[in-house]
Amino acid sequence: MAFPAPKPEDPQLPQVLLRSVDCQQGAVRAVRFNVDGNYFLSCGADKSLKLWSVTRGNLLKTYSGHGYEVLDADSSFDNSQLCSCSSDKTVILWDVASGQVTRKLRGHAGKVNCVQFNEEATVMLSGSIDGSVRCWDTRSRKQEPIQILDEARDSISSLKVAQHELLTGCVDGRVRRYDLRMGQLHVDFISSPITCVCFSADGQCTLSSSLDSTLRLLDKSTGELLGEYKGHQMKGYKLDCCLSSKDTHVLSCSEDGHVYCWDLVEGSLALKLPVGKAVVQSMSFHPSECLLLTAMEGRVQLWSNQSEATEETMDTDT
Amino acid sequence: MAADSEREGEDFVSFGTPLEPLEEDEPLKKPVPIYEQTVVDEKGRYQRFHGAFTGGFSAGYFNTVGSKEGWAPSTFKSSRQSKAEQQKAEQQKARPEDFMDEEDFGEHGIAPSEITRSAAFQSGHRDSASEKARAVNAQSSLIPGDTLLEQIIAPAKSSIGVELLKKMGWREGQGVGPRVKRKPKKQKTEGGPRVYGCAIIPIGSEGSEEEDDDEFVPENVTFAPKDVTPVDFTPRLGLQGLGYRGLDPGLALGQGSQHINLFDPHFDSKGKLFGGKQKQRRHKGVAGQGFGVGALEDEDEDIYLRDSMSRYDTEIKDEEPTDGLFGWTAPQEYSKKKDSNKDAAYIGKILEGFTLAQKPEAEKTSFPPPRLPRDYRPVRRFNPGTFVAHVSGVSPALAHALKTSRGHMVKDEPQTSRHQLDSGQRRTLIGEEALEGPSSVLDLLKPADRERLKYIRNSKAGLQAQPPKDSSSQSALRPPRPVTPPTISVSQREQDQALSAWKGQTPTQTFKPFEKNPEKQERYEQYVGRLSQGDKDALERSLEPEMTEWERSREREEFVRASILYRPSSSFLSSRFTRGKQQEDDDTVEVNVDEQGDVDDKQAAVNMKMFGQLTRETFDWHPEKLLCKRFNVPDPYPGSSLVGLPKVKRDKYSVFNFLTVTESRETSAPPPPKALEVKKSRWDVSQEMKDSDALSEMLSDARNQSSETDPDQSGTQDQTLALPAPDTKDQRSSSRTETKEKSKKESDSDSSDSDSDSDSDSDSEAEEETRPPMDVFKAIFSSSSDEKSSSESEAEEEQKKDEQERGHITHTLFNVSAAPPSEATPSEPTPTAAATQNTAPTASQTEEQESFGPKLPPPSSTLSVSSRGPLPPSLDEKPKKSKDKKHKSKKDHKHKKEKRKKKQKKHKHKGKQKKIKKEESSSDSDSEETAQISTEELLRRLKTVRSQCPL
Repeated sequence: MAFPAPKPEDPQLPQVLLRSVDCQQGAVRAVRFNVDGNYFLSCGADKSLKLWSVTRGNLLKTYSGHGYEVLDADSSFDNSQLCSCSSDKTVILWDVASGQVTRKLRGHAGKVNCVQFNEEATVMLSGSIDGSVRCWDTRSRKQEPIQILDEARDSISSLKVAQHELLTGCVDGRVRRYDLRMGQLHVDFISSPITCVCFSADGQCTLSSSLDSTLRLLDKSTGELLGEYKGHQMKGYKLDCCLSSKDTHVLSCSEDGHVYCWDLVEGSLALKLPVGKAVVQSMSFHPSECLLLTAMEGRVQLWSNQSEATEETMDTDT
Repeated sequence: MAADSEREGEDFVSFGTPLEPLEEDEPLKKPVPIYEQTVVDEKGRYQRFHGAFTGGFSAGYFNTVGSKEGWAPSTFKSSRQSKAEQQKAEQQKARPEDFMDEEDFGEHGIAPSEITRSAAFQSGHRDSASEKARAVNAQSSLIPGDTLLEQIIAPAKSSIGVELLKKMGWREGQGVGPRVKRKPKKQKTEGGPRVYGCAIIPIGSEGSEEEDDDEFVPENVTFAPKDVTPVDFTPRLGLQGLGYRGLDPGLALGQGSQHINLFDPHFDSKGKLFGGKQKQRRHKGVAGQGFGVGALEDEDEDIYLRDSMSRYDTEIKDEEPTDGLFGWTAPQEYSKKKDSNKDAAYIGKILEGFTLAQKPEAEKTSFPPPRLPRDYRPVRRFNPGTFVAHVSGVSPALAHALKTSRGHMVKDEPQTSRHQLDSGQRRTLIGEEALEGPSSVLDLLKPADRERLKYIRNSKAGLQAQPPKDSSSQSALRPPRPVTPPTISVSQREQDQALSAWKGQTPTQTFKPFEKNPEKQERYEQYVGRLSQGDKDALERSLEPEMTEWERSREREEFVRASILYRPSSSFLSSRFTRGKQQEDDDTVEVNVDEQGDVDDKQAAVNMKMFGQLTRETFDWHPEKLLCKRFNVPDPYPGSSLVGLPKVKRDKYSVFNFLTVTESRETSAPPPPKALEVKKSRWDVSQEMKDSDALSEMLSDARNQSSETDPDQSGTQDQTLALPAPDTKDQRSSSRTETKEKSKKESDSDSSDSDSDSDSDSDSEAEEETRPPMDVFKAIFSSSSDEKSSSESEAEEEQKKDEQERGHITHTLFNVSAAPPSEATPSEPTPTAAATQNTAPTASQTEEQESFGPKLPPPSSTLSVSSRGPLPPSLDEKPKKSKDKKHKSKKDHKHKKEKRKKKQKKHKHKGKQKKIKKEESSSDSDSEETAQISTEELLRRLKTVRSQCPL
């Protein structure tokens, strides 16, 4: 088999560049859709957090108040609040409309890598390089976290919340899942430093990417390996991975400037999306549609499975 | 959504009025510190805390002492009333006192408030009498004109009594009293002896005058009584003696033309102040002038005065026969005084210069001493029991007294003084109980230290250079005891120590040192029990008599050691320390339960991809209650107060507590022969995985053999199995040189499909080769970036082969440039990515090496080396392409064809035979010996899993 024929275009994969936005905030450290996917947040190396409209690609608001580059952000379910974390060791809760700092939470001993709201935006969970996850109460004005999860023995690189579960990826090569309902902690040993963890949309699997350039899909309840995805490069940088909105594909950033997209079940590479020549730092998959945001250096790209015209019509439909 | 998107740019709807923005960083209002607080009085003036003249320290509640509130801070008082009053007061005129400080009213102020006569009782006239008195006294004052100053400042006013007297006909200058018949001219102030102090000059000496003057006095003429000068009781300020008067400037300033009577001892400069009523006489002594007088001596007045002889009498007149001395300058005879003569007449002769006292001296009553009883002896009798035995160092006088009183002196003990007794002896003297605990500091030391100390002491004292024997040295401290048998090897001192430790202790001891040997333990307990009873021969008696001598000596030693070692802590330290509330188990430390797992096993499982049971650990984890509440989840452990992971006890001093994952693995691995190892961290895990320990290797081998998925694979496995030693050795050596290199090598071996031979080849090659010219890199890198843009399947094939080449060359590159070991932090981005993709500029790399964890990508690649050759579909092209998809696909096809041609050319050029893999995914698999599971197997497993647990 000399040259296998290219696969038929999968309409479910975002491979058409709809837009490329220069965020003008230095390197974009993270790009995140909001809950319904109408907006996205870009975390800049110039200490600012910016809110953008997905459909128009224009800047809506800039949130400044961090003392160092912003590393991660999340939006609440009702779009009324944002949280962001930064290298300045703080977690900030923002009021979306006014752009004011609602709460600035100090307590981490090092830069805060990741932050996440829980489902009802009552708790912010932040993971830091100090190896601790702190649960901040958004309802009270207390400056102390509700609880500190310090089981990790190295930097927390990624953190996700789904319902009553908290998933953390740690540089000590372990994926920890805290089950609040059961009161249990499940530790899965991956051995290579974890860069990003994800829940699948059905909540049955966890996806973890590690620095051995491998993504692993683990069964959540047993910890068994369901799939392994390789081919991309992830050896030194903390890059994102995600699952598509319908759990059909596994996506990962790569250091070679591509976004790799594997079929979840088959494990075969479905798409190698060339984004640029630099490292694809961050990405975010639209919660419902086939839209993908990628961040490379100072720019954010929006990818879709269809061209802009059809996109527009789709927009009006919804 | 479209409607949303149209609006969303401009307007946000906001409800209500926003609260004040919360300033997160703003600190709370700080209370004013004490040193910045001020105290003001009721008029709002600052009060000094530290008045230099009126006190010096603040007192009370912030200097409230002395204020109206006193010690307590004032409570709230409505100011409404006072405001009304204040308004009223403001209408009145302000007095100067309102603006004066309180100090001004004090004793030293400018307006001292004292009790004075009111204006109604003050007359406007000057009190000439008091004025005169003051003037008279001013003569004797050191500063001449200070009365003038007084007059200017405070005019003296005559009192109401003076006014009344004047109304009654009294005139100034007259005395007070009934009018007398006498001649005023003859009035003479002959006061007899001058009296200082409190004695009042006798008023009027009419009788003598009458006696003296036998002049005619008209009967109907009466005179006012002679005025007297009131004595001004000014306190003496100087240090001069009584009667001292300072310089009289009046004499010096031209009043010298007075007649001087050399013979009148009553001449007084005071006299001239009484105007013409008195004779102007002056005692003018020349004595002393020629010798110079001190500034404060009283004969100083005529230094600049020219004495004229006209002022002296030229002949002795008879005008003053009164003194009856006729020129003799002897002390005046007071025989003239009638009364005194009278007094002396019946008492006896009076010494010259003395007068009779006015008051009789108070008689002193003296009482006789009590009579001593006849049998009194001035000796105290002591209690015979305590005293006599040990009295020592008494003074010789007392001893003598004792001897005389008792007839004998107690014989002195050899000790000379009680200060030479030690504390123990003193204790026995007064009959005190011995303190618990060691009797001296030496007991707290180890025997060896004690020996050393003793040795030092002895050698210092110059006794013996040789280390002293135990028994001899301690005999100095302790009372002598029966000689121990020479066979006993245990030092007597240790026995004593054990004895002192156990003495008085209840033998209920918990520690059983000889638990394994019940008989021995019993003997030991017996020994301890005897020790606690204070038995000195406890050791000998508790030993079994039928034992051999060797056994006995050994056991003796053991018992003493054990009894010292496990002496009751209460005796050891009870007098110095209190016991801790809870026993600390110092052998264990609390750690989280999740630290218990064995990493090696897990690592092996990971290498085998046996995720699941082996790699999973599940712990009970207690979330905070509030967290559960916020997550709308019932608390899984409702009754528990624990938060987080439960702790388990673990050996505190275990090495594994301080080892991280990699370190523990390193300890399992054979140590590298050379210490060129770079600092490693957890980041080495991916690389270190290859340094597979024997266990994982064996496991993997066994597993692979048993699974037998694929003959091809098993073949490679056999190969690795056949030569595991050189493989690992090889890898170890490479890891020794550089971790960077290792990562390189991993990528290398990724592509080389676990071909250890080629690895070693490349290694040796690298050592021989020097750095290849830059052109080689350029060509390779550009071509590789070309390949990236080709279609996926193609790209993968190409990539694989390309990586092989690249790995080969970069390997050599890093062998050459791997000089600085400090640079080789394991978290460094893989050099392959950096070098081949040209994404990460080296500057940003070094910058980010300081941080831990997976790094953030460099902010911009514009600084980086621009890649050569046709770029992969860049961003600039993208918008165009997205407009027309077909066009793009065509383009892509064209592109691909070009690539293919290029590649083929290159392949030919390189002359490398490429094996085309059957499956695309297998091309990605690493070369790790243990990771040999094919994609098919994965798929198969995935499917089985899926089928087993339908999602």
